[in-house]
Amino acid sequence: MADSNDVLNGLIVVYTTYSILIISLVAWFSYRITRQGRGGLVKPSIFYTWVIMLAVLGVTLHLFTYNTIPWSPMDLNRADIKPDKVFEITVSNHQFQLPAEKMIIKTSEKVLFKVTSTDLTYGFGLFRPDHTMVLQMQVLPGHINDILWQFGEPGIYSIRSTEYSGPKGAYMVVKDAVEVTE
Amino acid sequence: MNYINTLLNGEQGIFKADTLTPMQKITLRFVVVGLVYYAFAAIEGMIMRIYEITPIPIMNEKHFFAMMTAHPLVGIFGSTYMIVFGAFLFLVPFLMKKPLWSIKAANWTFFLITIGTIVMWSAGFLSHYAPLYTLYWPLPADFTQFSAVGGAVFIFGIALIMVGTLIFVVNIFKTIVYTPDGWDKQPAGALLISALGISGSQNIFRKNKKEHLVPLPVAAIARGTVDILLNALIITFTGVLILIYMLWEIGGISLKSTAIDALLYKNWFWWGLDLIADGAVLIFVAGAWYLLATLITGKKLFMENWARAALFVELVVSWTVWSHHLLSDQAQPGILKVVSGEMVTAFELVTQGLAFFITLVTLWSARPLKMTNPLKFLLGGLLGFALAVPCGILQADLGLNRILHNTQWVVGPHVHVAVLVGLTMTLYAAIYFLFPILTNGAKWYSQKLANFHFWAHLLGGIGMGAFMGMAGLKGMLRRAIYVDGEFNIYMILAGICGVFLLLAFLAFLYNIIMSVGINGALGIFKPAKLKTKDLLPAEGK
Repeated sequence: MADSNDVLNGLIVVYTTYSILIISLVAWFSYRITRQGRGGLVKPSIFYTWVIMLAVLGVTLHLFTYNTIPWSPMDLNRADIKPDKVFEITVSNHQFQLPAEKMIIKTSEKVLFKVTSTDLTYGFGLFRPDHTMVLQMQVLPGHINDILWQFGEPGIYSIRSTEYSGPKGAYMVVKDAVEVTE
Repeated sequence: MNYINTLLNGEQGIFKADTLTPMQKITLRFVVVGLVYYAFAAIEGMIMRIYEITPIPIMNEKHFFAMMTAHPLVGIFGSTYMIVFGAFLFLVPFLMKKPLWSIKAANWTFFLITIGTIVMWSAGFLSHYAPLYTLYWPLPADFTQFSAVGGAVFIFGIALIMVGTLIFVVNIFKTIVYTPDGWDKQPAGALLISALGISGSQNIFRKNKKEHLVPLPVAAIARGTVDILLNALIITFTGVLILIYMLWEIGGISLKSTAIDALLYKNWFWWGLDLIADGAVLIFVAGAWYLLATLITGKKLFMENWARAALFVELVVSWTVWSHHLLSDQAQPGILKVVSGEMVTAFELVTQGLAFFITLVTLWSARPLKMTNPLKFLLGGLLGFALAVPCGILQADLGLNRILHNTQWVVGPHVHVAVLVGLTMTLYAAIYFLFPILTNGAKWYSQKLANFHFWAHLLGGIGMGAFMGMAGLKGMLRRAIYVDGEFNIYMILAGICGVFLLLAFLAFLYNIIMSVGINGALGIFKPAKLKTKDLLPAEGK
């Protein structure tokens, strides 16, 4: 399965390219409007084309990511997918309570993390040793918070709360909590 | 001696506060207080930037998060609301060519928001009440972490702001529809229909286009004000709910937090918040762009009926996009995530892209233009939203949100670039444009300072957003503290850009003070000598 870093690298390329283009366009436009030239020549058809292009772009983005980011369809259809492993985690009083046995997963396995909060709204995120994020979800009290995942590469991952739950929650980290093997 | 004279009496001594009408004074008061609160938010932002690099001994986590709670609220209500409300209370009667419905009501709005902001801020500062502006249930009622008394005072401050906001809403709509003394009876219903954009939308399909009763910028203000109203009602309702828990706690009874469903609460709260973030802001900004473009060029707006219709679409879109904030909430129904969170949200690309295009074409039609201060700040504002809106569309995606939600990416290149570059530079464009009108022809002290203000703000704002975004892509969360310097390189660079923003504001402030003088600035807050409901003095019309 593709890794989150692969997706983020793609995002960096797309957004950086767009930023350079739009900054250049506005800079060029700012220069050109101070110069002599013919104005008022923009046809309405160009406007309509622009609007249609934006609508197509907005919708296409989601269709594209749904078909290229593997966890998107898996997440929407997770109720119909049988996981290979299930780990139940409880969060209470700003503490993660992990399963008794160590969480060891193979890259070929689909694993379901089921996280329950007994008091506040927290977050559940897995992070690499270099602090980059693998996945995250919100953890709401009184609701089932589950995420189905297949890891792209082996490694040791830490858990961190990804939602603010008061100053006490600032250090909700469990180092090296999940081990993923080939 | 000359310098002291300018400092006291302003550039060439032109500005005389005594010559201002009550309407000019009230508008300038809104703007001045709004800028003071902007300074509050900017200084707090810099302190937090430093704390993100290395925790400093003068404060602890509690203080840091209390500051993080107050920072956006001071920025939104104390600064943006004040500047925007002040400008609109002047512009609506100015464009409708009739007096404001009630100057007294405008004064009430001014006092309530000014006082409410300081009450809210003080409660956070003193009691460290810090549930952040998102107030995720049951955090605002977690009295093991926060003081119920501090929280109650905090909510009271917000309540004052909301009352002031509701009075503003009434004043705007009454001004649009009322009949001033001595005038022929105004068609209130038709004016309201025009202001809400219904007649504009109908015009697209009419062969013989009808004349609009309400100018386009007023239509934008009216439609954005609908979102302001709904947002105020949601915040007031939520505030009352939280206040009940606080008052019972103070009375010794702890109410069960499980009585409120955390997911339902999150849905209604984000529905309300997005009326501002994805509604009023985008609508007001589009309206401000249209107004500035037509005033700067003296030309008719390109595709005006479409612009009106788009504002109406934006209003409806803003009521239906909230679920993009809940894409990482696994209990949120998938249909809401896809339809509201992804697809409807994508239409913000259309509505804002359309406003961007219309504004640029209108400017283009009047070439050659002089690069004045309002024009350059308008272009900065356009660039800000052109950068920030696609960022928002990208994170409002199921796949990408899984690895972007609650990271610095969301708050950097999206929120801060939208607010600091897009919104604030648009507001600065309006301030630079209105300055001579509101001051009866006062002159700017220094164009060099205005240029520095522009470049330092633009580069600082974009740079700060970019470095925060880079940290976010490397996994740095917002609303978190990293004590081991994990993201220091990005935070130091973002901090340097923050310094640029602060210097830009100081240059602007200094330029204003030297333009109107200390005596003139103080004179704005003295009662007006002219007794008139007119916007401008007779000779200034």
